[in-house]
Formats: sequence, structure tokens, C-alpha cells
Amino acid sequence: MPPRMLPEPTPETRHFWDGCKAGELRLQRCTDCDGGSYFPPRPFCPRCGSRKVEDYAASGKGVLWSYVINMRPRPDMGTEPYAIAVVKLEEGPQMMTNIVGCPQTPEALQLDMPLKVTFAAQNDDISLPFFEPAGA
Amino acid sequence: MKQKSVAVVGAAETTQMGKIPNVSVIGLHADAALNALADCGLKPSDIDGVASAGISPVELAHYMGITPTYADGTSVGGCSFMLHVRHAAAAINEGLATTILITHGESGRSRVGAGGFARSPTSLSGQFEMPFGPMGPPTMFTIPVLRYLKARGYTVEDLAQVAVIQREWAALNPRASYKDPITVEDVLRSDMIAWPFTKLMCCLVTDGGGALILTSAERARDFPQKPVYILGTGESVETPMVSQMEDFTSSKAFRVSGKKAFDEAGIGHADVDHLMIYDAFAHLPLYGLEDLGFCQPGEAAGFINGRNTAPPSQGKSGGKLPLNTNGGGLSYMHSGMYGMYALQESVRQMRGIAPAQVPDAKISIAHGVGGMFAASGTIIFSNEAP
Repeated sequence: MPPRMLPEPTPETRHFWDGCKAGELRLQRCTDCDGGSYFPPRPFCPRCGSRKVEDYAASGKGVLWSYVINMRPRPDMGTEPYAIAVVKLEEGPQMMTNIVGCPQTPEALQLDMPLKVTFAAQNDDISLPFFEPAGA
Repeated sequence: MKQKSVAVVGAAETTQMGKIPNVSVIGLHADAALNALADCGLKPSDIDGVASAGISPVELAHYMGITPTYADGTSVGGCSFMLHVRHAAAAINEGLATTILITHGESGRSRVGAGGFARSPTSLSGQFEMPFGPMGPPTMFTIPVLRYLKARGYTVEDLAQVAVIQREWAALNPRASYKDPITVEDVLRSDMIAWPFTKLMCCLVTDGGGALILTSAERARDFPQKPVYILGTGESVETPMVSQMEDFTSSKAFRVSGKKAFDEAGIGHADVDHLMIYDAFAHLPLYGLEDLGFCQPGEAAGFINGRNTAPPSQGKSGGKLPLNTNGGGLSYMHSGMYGMYALQESVRQMRGIAPAQVPDAKISIAHGVGGMFAASGTIIFSNEAP
């Protein structure tokens, strides 16, 4: 199996990936407007354009917003079907992820089910943020 | 934009369609361009503006022997050609060029001279989507759909019905890749690609191309074909990451592009005789009908199930809004950037020469999507002289 496709952080996203490595899901928010949290990372507020933004550790809680189950696995993802999901975080933003600790079936994957983040180290630098059922 | 000031005078697809293993990507662009030039009786030296996506306008101009005063390389996915038409119309009005050639060619199936589709691992999609296993459009464009079905109360049968009715149109088109009738059960029983999407809810992967030639409406009367006037145009973009779509039940790019085109054209929905909505997957006509304002949210599936977009069948007349009358990306062809073929079908319908011609059609809309809900372009055509 080829190695899993992994992100290469840039200066603007480094804090997010460092957060994953440290076991924190780091979002950003603006301190100039009340536009709330945003994702993916960038060093300014996408709502008002202010550069006065801060990183913070989010709750890691969310709900299953939508997904597909890929029946033809990408070569680096193994041989079994897997869900490619979007989670809606408690703080507002949406992010793509995989759902772990749960069968990859329509029956087990119900929209709006509560989820919580869990981090899986891929190498010394990168840990990927996955989500698992909140009751698990 | 000034209404009816610019017209399509040349339009053609590649000589062959479907599986073309003996022609490269740039060769498909050129074949379509030569066919469109022949269609309007022009030579490459008569062209002073070029636009293309997939290959650069530099490659196109040099390959065709054209020295342009206008070049547009807008590349936002499958609706790039709608944007090219829009920009060309503005350029002609502004005098940047007089006669503009827009081409598409793609070896989607045979991959002859085709480039890659890789995303850099430093891009936002490369960092925040690709690590989670998506493998091209069938696993990305489809991600919002479970949320959409839940919000609207639609079912997978509703998705299947889109493919069934488009196959009815394809049966009337001799060049369509698939013409055999299918049922909802056939669609649901076809191979599962990315749940809930089965193979027959996904577009084809074929080879082909198409080209358009635009000039001023004033000059358009001197060409051999019936001019097809541009009445209104729109474009917009939203996000390169489907996971970051603002609303999984509605495309912002569709709404903005569609409204702009309707406003420019100064028409209402009841004026539209024929509609093309780029259907890379079965959910797109549903989103398109709602986001363009032809249906209220939640009514699009019933509209299609009620045969309002269907061809005449078993003695019954066709629906009031014929949609994707070439069979669409689901059954006609889909090389990768299908928007050109939606435009070609609108032009054929306005010329009155489509294989499944809509009687007395006077206004046609070609609405395109680029990327995975990333971009959109809308062109409203009319065959009535200014």
C-alpha cells in the first residue's frame, strides 16, 4: 500500500497541524468583529478582513453533517470502503474528516449524530483529526 | 451587458464523440475549431480573439495559426466556457476583438496527451480534504447530497429519476453514448460508487470537444447560420473545497450567476423555452432548478417526477421546461469539462436543428458548474433578432 496522502503545512496553517500533534483542534476567530470562528486557517478574518485574529483550542465536538461511503478505496486508503465525511463543529465551521470507531455503513452513520475529535499520528510531524461517535 | 449586441455565428463539436483514441487533447480542440470555422465560413486568420480552458489560449492560438488581440485563459472547471462566452461578449462590445474563438477538447476516456489532476499537498484542499481519502469528483461533488436529501425530504429514488428522464432525451440523440431506456430500479441496482451514488447517477467519461465563434450582432446577419444572440450572462465562484460550501443544500455560485443572467436578460422564468443544467451527477439538475429559481426549494424532485422536464412520450406531449435535451453528462457525453456541450445544445435548439428539437423555442439557458460547486456560469440565448 502506498503511504497515505498527507498534508504539507504552510506558514499560515502550521498552528493547526501543531495543534493536532498536541491533541488540540485549533480554530481561529477574529478579535475585531463578532464574526465567530472560521476554518480553514488563514491569518485574517474572512468576514471583515481584519488581521487581528487568534488561535484557540476548540471543543472538538460536532455533528455528522454529510458524507459518502467510497466503495472504490483510494490505493493509499486500504481495501475496505470508507466514509468521507464533513463534520459541523460546535463552533460553527465545517471540516472534512473520516469517522472512526464505527462501522462504515449508512445504518451506523446517521446524519446529525454527535461526534468528538480524536487524533491519529501519521508520522513525527502530522497527526490527522478524525472523529468518533461522542458516546464511544 | 448590452442585450443582443453579440451573437454566436459558428458552433460545432468534434467530428467524433465518445471514444477517440487517435486524437490528442490539443487535436480535439483543433478539430472542433476547424468544424466551427467551417460552420460559419471563416478561416483561422479571420479570428482575432481566443479563449480556452484545459490548454492555454497561447497553445490554442499558436496551434491554429491565430494572432489574437484578445486571449482568455479563464479556467474554473467545466463552466469555464460559459465564462469565456460572457467575457467574449464584453470584449466584443468593448472593441478588444471582433471575432472570438472558444474551444474545448478533452481526452477524458482515452487520456491521449492529457495532463494530470493532482492537487498540491500544500494547497488548502491538499491539506484539509485529500488526507481523508476523496478520489475525484464521484467522492467529492457528492458529499453535500445526504444533507440536501434530508433537508428537502428527497430520496435516492428522486436522484435516480433524474437519470431515467435524461436517458429518454438521449434516446432521441443519435450521437448519445447511452440510448437504451432505464428504470429507477436499474439506476439503483447499478454499481455503488460512493454511497448513495450508483454508477448511473454519475456522468460518463468520454473523449470529445466543441468550439464556438462569436461576433457582433450587427455582423452576425452576414453569416450562413441563423445567429444565436446573447441575451444575458452571469458568473460567480464560491470555494475550491466542497467541504467549505456555505450551504450544503444550495450553491451560492449558482444563485449569484443565475440572478445576474436573468437580470441582464430582463426575462422571467416563464419566458424560458429550453434549459441546460450541467449534470456531472444526478443531483445537479435538482440544485440547478432550485437555485436558478425555476422551483421552490423542495419542489425540484416533484417537478422532474411530474415529467415537466421530460420529452414527449407515448402520445403525451413533452414537459413545459425541456431540460438537458441532448441526454446530458449522464447519457450524452462528459469529457471532463462538459459546459461546452451544454452551450452547443442551446445553440442547436436556438438554430432549430437539435436532434430532439423543442418546437418554437425562442429562449434557451445554458447553466454550468465548475469544480465541485466551486464556480458557475450562466448564458441566456435567444434566436430573435434585435
